[in-house]
Amino acid sequence: MANRVLTFPKEEAELRSAFWDQVSSFPEGHKIKLCLQCGTCTGTCPISYAMDITPRQIIALFRAGLVEQILESRTIWLCASCYSCTVRCPVGIRITDTLYSLKRIAMEKGIYPRQFPVHTLSRLFVNNVYRYGRNFELGLGLKYLLSTNPLKLFSNVGYAFSMISRGRLGLIPRRLKRVKQIRAIITRANQFGEGQ
Amino acid sequence: MMEFAYYPGCSLEHTASPYDKSIRAVFKALGIGLHEIEDWNCCGATMYMSVKKIVGYAISARNLALAQNMGMQICAPCSSCYTILRKTNRHIAWDPRERAKINEALKAADLSYDTLVEIRHPLDILVNDLGLSAVAAKVSNPLRGLRVAPYYGCQIVRPHGGFDDVDDPVHMDELFQCLGAEVVPYPCKVRCCGGMLMTTQDEIALALNLKLLEAATDNGAQVIATACPLCQMNLEAYQQKINKAFGSSFRMPVVYFSHLVGLALGLEPRELGLDKLMIPLDLQPALASEGRP
Repeated sequence: MANRVLTFPKEEAELRSAFWDQVSSFPEGHKIKLCLQCGTCTGTCPISYAMDITPRQIIALFRAGLVEQILESRTIWLCASCYSCTVRCPVGIRITDTLYSLKRIAMEKGIYPRQFPVHTLSRLFVNNVYRYGRNFELGLGLKYLLSTNPLKLFSNVGYAFSMISRGRLGLIPRRLKRVKQIRAIITRANQFGEGQ
Repeated sequence: MMEFAYYPGCSLEHTASPYDKSIRAVFKALGIGLHEIEDWNCCGATMYMSVKKIVGYAISARNLALAQNMGMQICAPCSSCYTILRKTNRHIAWDPRERAKINEALKAADLSYDTLVEIRHPLDILVNDLGLSAVAAKVSNPLRGLRVAPYYGCQIVRPHGGFDDVDDPVHMDELFQCLGAEVVPYPCKVRCCGGMLMTTQDEIALALNLKLLEAATDNGAQVIATACPLCQMNLEAYQQKINKAFGSSFRMPVVYFSHLVGLALGLEPRELGLDKLMIPLDLQPALASEGRP
C-alpha cells in the first residue's frame, strides 16, 4: 500500500510529473527545490499586486499538491517577463522560466483561468510566425482584440491611426522569402512534443 | 573596421522603425559595419519560447545559424530579441541533447548551428568596443543642457545581459554624459513598463508607465531615452492614453538612445527617424536653457 500522505489524485499526479519534466528541461530549473518561501520574488514583482496568486504562493501551492489551482490562476499569464524575481531570488530559482513551464503545461492540458483569455495571444503569435516567418504586429493586435474583447478596438483607434500615419504600423504583412524553411523547422521541432 | 551581422527583429521593421533608422545611421557615421542577416526570421520572442520551448529555440537558432555562416558577431538592438537569442545560446550550450534536438529541426532547412555566435547589444558595442573617447571625438553638436532620464527597462540587463549591472546599469549614463548631456537621477531605470500587458491588460500597464513618467518628470528630465521597442511604444505612443486614464498632462518625448548619439554626431533628425515620433524632441529650448538656474 502506498503511503496515503504521499499519494496525489491521478490528475494532480500527472500535472506534477509534467511540471518536474518541464523544470528539468531548462538550465537550473531544479533549483526550485531550494525555495525558502522568503517572498523576494513577490516583493520585487511589479505586477504581483494585480495577481490572484503571487509568485511565492505558486511554489507553495505546488508543494501543497495544488497544481491545477495554479493553472487556473491568472498569474502565469500576467507575468511581463521582466526577470526581476529571477535575478533577485537569493537561492537562484529561475522563477520566470518556471512560470513559462507552467504556461506550457496549461497549453498542453487546456487548463486556463476563467474569463481570462490572455493565452489566446500566444496561440495567435505562434500562428503568425508560421504563416509569415515574422511577427505581423497589426494583424496580431487586431485578431487578439477581435477574439477576446472587440469593444477594446474602439479605444485603440487613436493609437493605431497615429502609428499608421507615421509608418510605424505596417498594413501589409512581410513574408520571408524562405518561409518554407521556417515552416519545415517548426514542423520538425514539433515532433519533439507539445511544450517541449 | 568593426563588422557585425545585423539582426533588426520584427519591431524594428515597423513600430520601432525610428530605432532601426538611427542605429544604421549612427553606426555608419562611426564607421562600424552592419550587414543585415539575409531573410532573418522572428526570434520567437517570449511569446513563442514561453509556450513552445524547443520550437521557439529552433526558429531563433535559424538566425544564429545564418549569422554563423557570415562569420560575424550579431548586433541585436531590440531588448527582447537580444534576450531570446542569448537564451537560445545558453540553452544550446547547457545540454547536448537539447542542442541535438535544435540541430535536428534546423536540418529541415539544411542548416546547422555548431559554433556559438556572440550576441551583442549596440549600446555594449558603442561603449565597450568603440569606446567613449572615440565617440566623444566625433561629437560635433554637444547636447549641453539636455536633461535625460536613462531608461534601460528589463531585458538588456536581465536575466543575464552580460554587459551591465542588473540593478544599476550605467552604460547609457556614461554615453549620454560623453555626448554632453546631463543625466538625471532615474530610480526607475530598470523598472518594468509592462511589455505586452499594454495589449492584454492595459489598466496594469498604464499604471506602470505612469510611474515611469512621474519619476522622470519629478527628477527634471526633458526626455526619456530607452533601448527597447516595447518600452518606447508603451511610454510614447500610449502617453495620451495614460493622460486620459489618470488625468495627467505629460508631454514627455521618449527617444531611443541612438537618437541622442546621432544628434550629437550632427546627423539630421529625419535621417534618424525622429520625425516618426509622436512627441517631438525639440532640442532648441533645452540647449538654450543651459546656464539658467
